[in-house]
Amino acid sequence: MIGLVARRFAGLILTLFIVSVLIFTVMDLLPGDPASIMLGTSASPDTLAALQRELGLDQPLPVRYLAWLGGVLVGDLGVSYTYGVPVAGLIAERLAVTLPLAFMAILISLAIAIPAGVQAARSRNGPVDVAIGLFSYTGIAVPSFWFGLLLILLFATDLGWFPAGGFPGWGEGGVAAVKALVLPALALALPQAAVLTRVTRSAVLDVLAEDYIRTARAKGLSERAAVWRHALPAALVPIVTMLGLQFTFLVAGAVLVENVFNLPGLGRLAFQALSQRDVIVMQDVILLFAALVIVVNFVADVAHLVLDPRLRTVQR
Amino acid sequence: MRIRFPLSAVATSAFLATAVMATILPGEAASAPKTSATIGMAVEPTGLDPTIAAPVAIGQVTWQNIFEGLTTIDRNGEIKPQLAQSWDISEDGLTYTFKLREGVTFHDGEVFDSSVARFTIERARGEDSVNPQKRYFATIESVETPDPRTLVLKLSRPTGSLLYWLAWPSSSMVGTRSADNNKTTPIGTGPFTFVRWAKGDKVELARNPNYWNPDAAARLETVAFRFVPDPQAQAAALKAGDVDAFPEFGAPELMHSFDGDERLVTVIGNTELKVVAGMNNDRKPFNDKRVRQALMMAIDRNMILEGAWSGYGTPIGSHYTPNDSGYLDLTDTYSYDPEKAKALLAEAGFADGLTFTIKAPQMAYAQRTSQIMQAMFAEIGVTMNIETTEFPAKWVSDVLKAADYDMTIVAHAEPMDIDIYARDPYYFNYRNPAFNDVMDKVQQTSDAGEQAALYGEAQKILAEDVPALYLFVMPKLGVWDRKLKGLWENESIPSNVLTEVYWEE
Repeated sequence: MIGLVARRFAGLILTLFIVSVLIFTVMDLLPGDPASIMLGTSASPDTLAALQRELGLDQPLPVRYLAWLGGVLVGDLGVSYTYGVPVAGLIAERLAVTLPLAFMAILISLAIAIPAGVQAARSRNGPVDVAIGLFSYTGIAVPSFWFGLLLILLFATDLGWFPAGGFPGWGEGGVAAVKALVLPALALALPQAAVLTRVTRSAVLDVLAEDYIRTARAKGLSERAAVWRHALPAALVPIVTMLGLQFTFLVAGAVLVENVFNLPGLGRLAFQALSQRDVIVMQDVILLFAALVIVVNFVADVAHLVLDPRLRTVQR
Repeated sequence: MRIRFPLSAVATSAFLATAVMATILPGEAASAPKTSATIGMAVEPTGLDPTIAAPVAIGQVTWQNIFEGLTTIDRNGEIKPQLAQSWDISEDGLTYTFKLREGVTFHDGEVFDSSVARFTIERARGEDSVNPQKRYFATIESVETPDPRTLVLKLSRPTGSLLYWLAWPSSSMVGTRSADNNKTTPIGTGPFTFVRWAKGDKVELARNPNYWNPDAAARLETVAFRFVPDPQAQAAALKAGDVDAFPEFGAPELMHSFDGDERLVTVIGNTELKVVAGMNNDRKPFNDKRVRQALMMAIDRNMILEGAWSGYGTPIGSHYTPNDSGYLDLTDTYSYDPEKAKALLAEAGFADGLTFTIKAPQMAYAQRTSQIMQAMFAEIGVTMNIETTEFPAKWVSDVLKAADYDMTIVAHAEPMDIDIYARDPYYFNYRNPAFNDVMDKVQQTSDAGEQAALYGEAQKILAEDVPALYLFVMPKLGVWDRKLKGLWENESIPSNVLTEVYWEE
């Protein structure tokens, strides 16, 4: 199993390297030059040249790539063109919003999806299953940013229980910060929960048809024990796979939801940097997104091996 | 069959727990008079030094709050003394002698005197300058400082707009010790000091207790500028009271959602944002004046305002706004008349119509206006294809720099920038010696009345020549708390001047 994990890890490093080359090339191909955006419509050519010199944009492409990669390897992510501060600090501030948000969203979606999915499987084709099915199809169809708007209207504008947007920071006790994240996390979690409910339902159904469940029932185990203690653990593999895949959607969805809730998260930073052609921030953030997705999938792979002993031998 | 798991019991209880927690938290104390205000802005500035980057958001946070200039512009668009208390202009218009104010210090304690003023101006016009309006300093030949309170500017030719340009955010006075760090920690001479910038969220300012002018000291103790790009989120923040004012609310179609709100008031003013559809005057068929005039007559400006901006805004007939002195309403020069437009097109040899492409940025105003224009042009047999382009990046490189376009549409934000039609190269490729002549004359006089008259002439030339289709001035859609007083209704220069803002008891 260790060899398998090591091989996956080497693949991870290689993927990240290829991604870094891709990011840099694509960023360079993008039309638009950061200097002319910063200096606006009245700038004269000599002012532009002065700023390009200052930003190091007059260097050739390979030199800029190596300088960037060399910096990233030792933890120096460069200085933002537009903000004028180190990118590492900018990203750290944003991660303090986006990571808790993603974590809360995953927790909420699991808390909804696992019970709902199991229940749907148990009452297959019964009224509860149909009701849960309706709920999850609606959840899949509703975009999270729109659901976010509804949540704001109800819980912020009308009831005033939660702020309509913005983020107070973690400095003041954390209660206000958690409050600010509840609605966006719900908005992000709903579509995830809907998908996850479907996956849980079919995974549990598959397992329930297996012989050992019949054996368990025959032994006189209660229906509840048979499902939760025997069927669910075996059904976890597809669920974990789905969670890994969903993380990608979560990161992408965060860009929209952060905009609706006006959260200073990583998604907002990426969006802003793109429109300002703050290339260095773009490169770092996209690399980080890519790294997050790759690492999460790596963790999901390893989790499979832990959860399902059969995979360890089959793949040898 | 028994149901053991009520739908998502865990999630529901977690949610309720948070909700209960939320309701029992104490709210803000309501009794004491408020001394702080939160101002909403759609766009976060990129850096906080208006002398090294162009985005108007930088000036909207810092100008007159943190930074001040030798001169300033008041809410009526008039030039007023500020750090220069008076000035003297020589007969030939080539020597400006400024008397500087005494007792002015920067927020870090540096004393403001003529050497600091010289430093600022040399920095803006020097070889390595990245000042976005470096051209405004082009006629300054030398800067002299005979004594700490006197600054003398010697010019190579008369520059009638110099006092106006010196009032701009890009001409703000900066300290010799602090200038290099102003991008992240701005230090000026203004009534507010910089406290903190939580990037992506807000910029916080506090009252400057040592402000040089006690008569104009700030009335608010603290101010926060909060950045909310999404119009729906802006409306929600206003209604929930998270933001006290949105001086430039983003979505005209949502303005009615504030009707009947007892706490909020809506105030419609004018900005300097001129929405114009520029044409490539070098390119066929736009090199024929009759074609441009015909296209202008195909457009019903009021209909565009109604369809694109919910009826808010002011139609214009030239590149000038009602805020600017010498403004003439020239919308009648080529007013909506599709029959005449068709006839004029036929006269120019396009009886069978013509086809071209507009490069329209992604912003709502540009997209909606283009779509309405497309329908209006179809009425006179003209086919306009709409190609969406990305603003600013792609638009700047394709249209502004390369002038690779037929027609485009954009809101010009710089105040009093009618002189862009005299610039060469500029993306309109409009070259008219008679117009350039008028622009030269404006610079040769420093008399406000004469300048206004000349600007009138310039407006008439553009209205007649139609180098761009003049559509409308963006409204300033202000939404703020009824009790918050002193904000500007109109915007003679993009800004959020907070000096006179206070809460009514």
